[in-house]
Amino acid sequence: MAWDYTDKLKEHFFNPKNILEIPEEEYQADGTGEVGNIKCGDMMKFYVKIDKKDGKDIIQECKWKTYGCASAIASTSVLSEMATGKTIEEAVKITPKDIAEVLGGIPEQKFHCSVLGDKALKAAVEDYYEKTGNKDKIFWKKREIICKCLDVDRAEIESLYHNDGVDTIEKLQQKTKIGTSCGQCLKKAENLLEELKSSSSPHIS
Amino acid sequence: MKRIYFDNNATTPLDKEVKEAIIGALDLYGNPSSHHELGQEVRRKIEEARENVAKFINADKEEIIFTSGGSESNNIVLKSIICKTGACGINRNKGNGRIITSAVEHPSVIETCKALECGKIQTDYLPVDENGLASASSLRRLLKKPADIVSIMYANNETGVVMPIKEMAEAAHEQGALFHTDAVQAAGKIPIDVKDLGVDFLSISGHKMYAPKGIGILYIKKGVKICPLISGGHQETGMRAGTENTLGIIAIGKAALISMRDAASELPRIKLMRDRLEKNILERIPYSYVNGDREKRVPNTLNISFDMIEGESILYMLDHVGIEVSTGSACSSGSLEPSPVLQAMGLSVERMHSSIRISLGKENTDEEIDYASEELPKIITKLRNMSPFKK
Repeated sequence: MAWDYTDKLKEHFFNPKNILEIPEEEYQADGTGEVGNIKCGDMMKFYVKIDKKDGKDIIQECKWKTYGCASAIASTSVLSEMATGKTIEEAVKITPKDIAEVLGGIPEQKFHCSVLGDKALKAAVEDYYEKTGNKDKIFWKKREIICKCLDVDRAEIESLYHNDGVDTIEKLQQKTKIGTSCGQCLKKAENLLEELKSSSSPHIS
Repeated sequence: MKRIYFDNNATTPLDKEVKEAIIGALDLYGNPSSHHELGQEVRRKIEEARENVAKFINADKEEIIFTSGGSESNNIVLKSIICKTGACGINRNKGNGRIITSAVEHPSVIETCKALECGKIQTDYLPVDENGLASASSLRRLLKKPADIVSIMYANNETGVVMPIKEMAEAAHEQGALFHTDAVQAAGKIPIDVKDLGVDFLSISGHKMYAPKGIGILYIKKGVKICPLISGGHQETGMRAGTENTLGIIAIGKAALISMRDAASELPRIKLMRDRLEKNILERIPYSYVNGDREKRVPNTLNISFDMIEGESILYMLDHVGIEVSTGSACSSGSLEPSPVLQAMGLSVERMHSSIRISLGKENTDEEIDYASEELPKIITKLRNMSPFKK
């Protein structure tokens, strides 16, 4: 199947920016984070160097490595550009939607599985927090991950259940593609929906 | 940029002589069922094509019907034979209501079998080994429980692996089951001899052998009865109604003739090119692995995996430098599921996600093999340098 990739996406795929070209040990990042795995077909790793300026943590450098399809590579590349120079607070607010917008759009079927870079970036800055004794700022890593492949967590499912009427595994898959990759999380996701149903009814907006 | 077409298992370009034959027939508008000369002129062309196609697979002319392609041929066989024995409710008690096929068939076989499940037809899937081969002995085991028909592809579309059809047809007949082979990926790549194979049905598609899309062949062995899938007029001896696709039929007849004429020179040349490309890749690119049996394989196909990277990104990088291939990676399918063929072979997820299929054709040249042998290592290195799994 041919994907309808934008010129901007292709540009980032064929000429990706900020790849980590030297060995990890040599680079000595202030924080590293990863998301996905080879089973799922996408895996991303981010490496950040942080600069303190006027009491703020600025992402001075943002390097990455990605295993995945063209849109996985391009979206990691563009995110590294978007994050560089931003404060950590600003950078962690970048969403997959923001990334897709800068790329001029990402094919619908590709959106959930390939745009995972924001999550790897969050993991990287929290690694930095951990190393610098700012454990109180860590929230991302404490999440309960339900689907490892597509990085869907408990909070996201709870929010979809309460706000969007997502009360069946089919509806949940429509929204998040959960369990469509390696499938190992399906039972867990179903159990969570059951748990939510037994404690409250969904609100359909 | 010059485009290099290495995706001949997906479809082939139209042969120049076939194109001329089509152009020459454009004004033949007569209906071959008409008794006047205008109709009979077309009739003669159709029968000439049927003779050529019959020769092409060593069949008799009466054993060939023209269809719209491989998918239709496969559908006719599976649905008709089952219909006669059960699915439609007629003669329900006579059949066993069971099909045996393999785990690596084309969707037009697998999906048809699945569709028949609602007609209470059971399908059992013959497994393949790590080289993509199914065996007659495992078929014999499955046949201990009676089946109506066994349908096994001659050559696999993704790996090019050639199945032991003759032995399997024998095994099916021993147990009283009919045997069908989907030979879409074998036609024009290896010689086909239906008498030697001993099959009851064989499907071929025109556009995989340099004829246009929309034309196919179904071989039905003399004496074997089926119900038509498309009923209506008496065309194709009542086996396939609808006014004949004259242009398509003339084209596939010509393509069969050319294929027979050129096989002795073209097939070894294509095999040499494939083998050279394979050797170059394995020598120049570490951690690259051929998928599927390398001996029992059609001469044009190379399915190969490159560790540490993902197939769709390889495909687009190759496309960017003008080389057109396909991939078994999940990321290109839209389903997040890697190729069912490679899954059935039990390949690791990494191997499946990083596989590409190169399928050569008669228009490819040695220069193109040289170019691909230069470009592929550069692309693989570039992608591996981005990969967190780089060794």
